[in-house]
Amino acid sequence: MDFVSIKKRLLKFSRSAWTPFAAIPIALGIGAIVLLISGYDPIQAYAAMWQGAFKDRTAITEVLIKATPLIFIGAGLAVAFRCSIWNIGAEGQFYAGAVAATAVGIYLGDLPRFLLVPMVLIAGASSGALWGMLAAFLKNRFGANEVVTTIMLNYIAIFITGWLVTGPMIETAGLFAQTAKISQNAWLWRFLPPTRLHTGFILALVLAIVLYIIIFKTSLGYTIRAVGINPDAARYAGINVKRKVLLAMAISGGAAGLGGAVEVAAISYRLYQLISPGYGFDGIAVSLLVNNNPLGVIFSGILFGALRSGAEVMQMNAKVPSVLVFLIQGLVVLSVVAFGVYSYVSKEKEE
Amino acid sequence: MEDSMPKNNDPKTILRMEEIHKSFPGGVFANRGVNLEVHQGEIHCLLGENGAGKTVLMSVLYGLYKPDSGSIFYKNEKFDVHNPKDAIQNRIGMVHQHFMLVETLSVAENIILGQYKPWKVLNNLDPVIKKIQQMSKDYRLNVDPTSLVKDLSVGEQQRVEILKALYHGADLLILDEPTAVLTPQESENLLDFLRQLADKGLTIVFITHKLEEVMQISDRVTILRDGKTITTVNTKETNPRELAKMMVGRDVLMDLNKKEKQPGKVIFSVKNLNVKDERGLPAVKNFSFDVYEREVVGIAGVSGNGQSELALALAGLMDSDFDSIILNDISITKRDLTRLNQLGMAHIPEDRQKMGLILPFSVSENFIAETFNDRPFSKYGFLQFKTIKNYSQSLVKKFSIRVGDVDEEIAHLSGGNQQKVVVARELDRRPKFLLVNQPTRGIDIGATEFVRQQIIAERDGGAAILLISTDLEEIFALSDRILVMFEGQIMGEVSPNPDMIEQVGLLMAGKTIESAL
Repeated sequence: MDFVSIKKRLLKFSRSAWTPFAAIPIALGIGAIVLLISGYDPIQAYAAMWQGAFKDRTAITEVLIKATPLIFIGAGLAVAFRCSIWNIGAEGQFYAGAVAATAVGIYLGDLPRFLLVPMVLIAGASSGALWGMLAAFLKNRFGANEVVTTIMLNYIAIFITGWLVTGPMIETAGLFAQTAKISQNAWLWRFLPPTRLHTGFILALVLAIVLYIIIFKTSLGYTIRAVGINPDAARYAGINVKRKVLLAMAISGGAAGLGGAVEVAAISYRLYQLISPGYGFDGIAVSLLVNNNPLGVIFSGILFGALRSGAEVMQMNAKVPSVLVFLIQGLVVLSVVAFGVYSYVSKEKEE
Repeated sequence: MEDSMPKNNDPKTILRMEEIHKSFPGGVFANRGVNLEVHQGEIHCLLGENGAGKTVLMSVLYGLYKPDSGSIFYKNEKFDVHNPKDAIQNRIGMVHQHFMLVETLSVAENIILGQYKPWKVLNNLDPVIKKIQQMSKDYRLNVDPTSLVKDLSVGEQQRVEILKALYHGADLLILDEPTAVLTPQESENLLDFLRQLADKGLTIVFITHKLEEVMQISDRVTILRDGKTITTVNTKETNPRELAKMMVGRDVLMDLNKKEKQPGKVIFSVKNLNVKDERGLPAVKNFSFDVYEREVVGIAGVSGNGQSELALALAGLMDSDFDSIILNDISITKRDLTRLNQLGMAHIPEDRQKMGLILPFSVSENFIAETFNDRPFSKYGFLQFKTIKNYSQSLVKKFSIRVGDVDEEIAHLSGGNQQKVVVARELDRRPKFLLVNQPTRGIDIGATEFVRQQIIAERDGGAAILLISTDLEEIFALSDRILVMFEGQIMGEVSPNPDMIEQVGLLMAGKTIESAL
């Protein structure tokens, strides 16, 4: 391979997945100005943030734990977005998965571990997939815009959860709006005690890799990408577009549902109304940040996990209000988008 | 200031561009020392294949690109242009291939766009409208300044673009392939109109790759090839064959070497096909025809008479009703239409960019658009990248497609090479029946020649071919029989005898065969 083609490849590679990360220092820089104006010491704040995310083994594992649902959701969304299905409903699909997983974990709690754990995960994944396919069905059958339907389905899933945890599934003591703990046989293994790092994280990595292979190495992925870029050409080539839309939503929803199941089976052990602090929405940024590449989602997921984790410590130690923390996260997303537009425009100009 | 003195101070010369060089990042040299001299009041054609550097050269003049080197003299002075505003102020107007109009604004608002302050626009539109009305009357353009651009036809929008340039007092008007988007009649009108303007003293630079247009309209013509000026000639002293040779750089076969038709059996037969368009109106009415093996049946007609719907229905991409469709002795049901691919049909679609290709995909990914799921390109659901690459390289070679690397995005290829990819992909499947819609629209003469030869080769190899084209020359050159389509119906069948061209024209206009003959 000659130098030019190596350079070309590098350039293409950097464009595809990694350039957006260059936006992070810019975002942090702007964030520093905002912190300064608001009367906080940005160096102290960022130091606290860094400490919170990477101080020791426990801190790092907490980052990975926070990253886990984001990787599940982001990798699934990457598939939907590659198919040009704008699934804004990962939040609801995450809830759907968490509800189904909790139900199995409680009501079938007597089953042995080797049966119960897979059943919890399968229940979560299929419940999320069905929730996602509902939006795909509405799109295929009635032409309903998936952005609208998935947002609406978010509310429905969240409110059903609220009803379940205050009514039918409320814990026996009935004190808090939450379910009973799921059976111990349904718990995922925390393999690095005393940290909470669990096998669900490994599962998230595996899922991201599998989805990457599906999208870029298989004929199925070829069809999904083709439908996403040019549905007319896909139809011309004999691809059943509606079926791919359904499938992309199933994969996307299934991944989010699996994330919900893992959250219940590894961290919370029970269901309550606010089980997701907005993972489904962060997941959108996680996927877009890496140009909808499921493999890249691992890194952007960890990045967002670190931001969330570090933010908590920044809030505690540097006394920076959480609002500013969200603002910095927002700046990261914004500058990533700006970078994306910039590289797109400069590419256009070049041609 | 010796630099500012043009070498040859000819009063006739309005524009001289000298040794223009322009390259783009990535090593594309669009202009490599182009020279152009345009006389006052003439229609000057810039002729060249796609990618010869015509548009880039004019974009340099219009201030859209900064040249790497070279100088421009305009009206006997050195002309430094930094942006289109400079050009407009110096009375240069340009009508781009893709119109630069805001669809939701009125004609008048579009014409003064960017010239006035917004609040002034709101206050002072009346004199603008009056002036446009006057100009529209003077030039007999029939443009209503108050109508919205989105309500205008493509031809009318183009007239607005020209009017815009004239409104700003253009002395030099650049038109970039203006007839590419027009119907034959609209093209005719446009050329007449341009002639009028030139007679009034306007200088026109007309970018094109169509030889007939050059012969019809221009006073002089400059031929560009590979970013260089080949020569400038007086149109009266040349002929299409010579122009084609200079443009392509070798002799071009204007006549296809077509063997005598061999009688064969019916391969494709349609009885009473009816198709409704997107608004639910009948677009194809009781359409019946047969295509025999080793035969090209041409469907002639003015664009928009149901050709698109016919092609889409036959390809199973649009809903239709029919009594019967038979392909290669197999009776086709409605359900089968979506998998005609597997039954021996290939389809070269009307719009390669919208339907034939997936532009952000690589060349090789586009080659397997219909076969991605078949061995050897896919095994156990996994794409076999090495096999696909080898196959793509062999097709690139076989169809002499100009591309550096088959992994390159197909969007980077020229229109002609993109079309070659579609043609290569479809023909390589050795179809029994080939449906071809507008195979050479918008591609250069070299690629056109190649594509037509491939279609004839396929016919001689035994395929039955249905050719839909609005280009009459193409229909006559390729077809063994011609069906003329008007408002969704077959008006009659004609043999491709050059003497019949007038009759075909009458049938295309809706006359019956009895009155046409």
